[in-house]
Amino acid sequence: MKYLDEFSDPVLAKRLFDDIRAVTTRPWSLMEVCGGQTHSIIRHGIDQLLPEEIQLIHGPGCPVCVTPLEIIDKALEIASRPDVIFCSFGDMLRVPGSGRDLFKVKSEGADVRVVYSPLDALKIAQENPDRQVVFFGIGFETTAPPNAMTVYQAKKLGIPNFSLLVSHVRVPPAIDAIMNSPDCRVQAFLAAGHVCTVMGTTEYPELAERHRVPIIVTGFEPLDILEGIRRAVIQLEAGEHTVENAYPRAVQPEGSPAARAMLSDVFEVTDRAWRGIGMIPVSGWRLSPKYREFDAEHRFSVTGIETEESTVCRSGEVLQGLIKPHECAAFGKECTPRNPLGATMVSSEGACAAYYLYRRLETPDKEASSVG
Amino acid sequence: MCLAVPGRVLEIEERDATRMAKVDFGGVVKDVCLEYVPDMKVGDYAIVHVGFALQRLDEESAKQTLELFENLGVLEEEFGDAWGKAARDAGAERPAGTGLPPLKGAEKEARS
Repeated sequence: MKYLDEFSDPVLAKRLFDDIRAVTTRPWSLMEVCGGQTHSIIRHGIDQLLPEEIQLIHGPGCPVCVTPLEIIDKALEIASRPDVIFCSFGDMLRVPGSGRDLFKVKSEGADVRVVYSPLDALKIAQENPDRQVVFFGIGFETTAPPNAMTVYQAKKLGIPNFSLLVSHVRVPPAIDAIMNSPDCRVQAFLAAGHVCTVMGTTEYPELAERHRVPIIVTGFEPLDILEGIRRAVIQLEAGEHTVENAYPRAVQPEGSPAARAMLSDVFEVTDRAWRGIGMIPVSGWRLSPKYREFDAEHRFSVTGIETEESTVCRSGEVLQGLIKPHECAAFGKECTPRNPLGATMVSSEGACAAYYLYRRLETPDKEASSVG
Repeated sequence: MCLAVPGRVLEIEERDATRMAKVDFGGVVKDVCLEYVPDMKVGDYAIVHVGFALQRLDEESAKQTLELFENLGVLEEEFGDAWGKAARDAGAERPAGTGLPPLKGAEKEARS
């Protein structure tokens, strides 16, 4: 076990690997939903240390990766306006739109600013009353409550020059869409821990029952991921399909009631297109009518955008767990972090970036044999 | 940005009728909104995402996760120089107006 000494508790890690090996009798495919989990798995070689029978499939849980091209293009158009200060998290800077990205737009003179928190963007709006300040509101259920609170504050404080370009997405409909796909190979899910910190676990039993699939709420540390895998395999071997919480120190069954209340006040559920995957019903949020005045799409009337996706990039298949990053012909050749064709190579949580960053530095014994 | 990072509450104050805190993330201190975990006290640890505390966390878990995230480079991505990283990744010049503010006389001497 060549990476074991990198685990925070190598003895416990070995015990978990041994337990998983002991209970595994057949091949199983598990999807880790969260991109942070993917990076932890690849960085620590967890996928290579598991029994051959267990295949980890990387899921769509990277908010940067799934933000649709159309919204990126709208962001670029709004950011290019001279009256706008466009605020974003740093990991959106190099996500390719149709030919440009926020980094290039900034280099051409636009006022693009990186903020740590959406509240920082609101402060910029207060300090610049003669400019329009737009915050790029992307992300899953973890990021939506902070953005919801910021819009709530903008309304409460009466800050008319602030707006949100919204592209929030929800995990449970994505799990549903993956299970409904005729090509689906997933037999159990490691659900994203921090999404459940906000939303709790109440949305999952129905999904687990309907698709007869175990769902284990899982954290990000290597030992958390091993525990999630161990519980998933035990259920699969026993023919069970229940929801378990393997991250109880951060996830309560009810999640964060205050955050959920704010979400349902500020946002309403909508259909949302996912980059590389397509439209998933009820998989997103948009501002509710009460807050529609803060919607940047309405404020700037960004319509008539024609998008142009790379014809080579297979990130959509990577996001659905249909292929591994290195099975794309462009991986590491035309597509690198310097010249990314898709968001999965740009994002700090993208599966392609994880493979490029960690896997190319090694001799990939198990991977090499599984590719052909 | 999807990962939430654990931090320790250093001080708490009301600002614009909102409960805010200074939170220490392994040496980096940021303003954090406590409205979603209103009973946080000074010295407590919380999982913080983009400037909002989302859930309380025990100290040992918080420290372990901070160490992991530091090794994964998450802290650098969350709190570091995003324009510098983007410029390096792109193999391009840093765009104008994204550098550190010019040093004042005394700071310049102290750093040289």
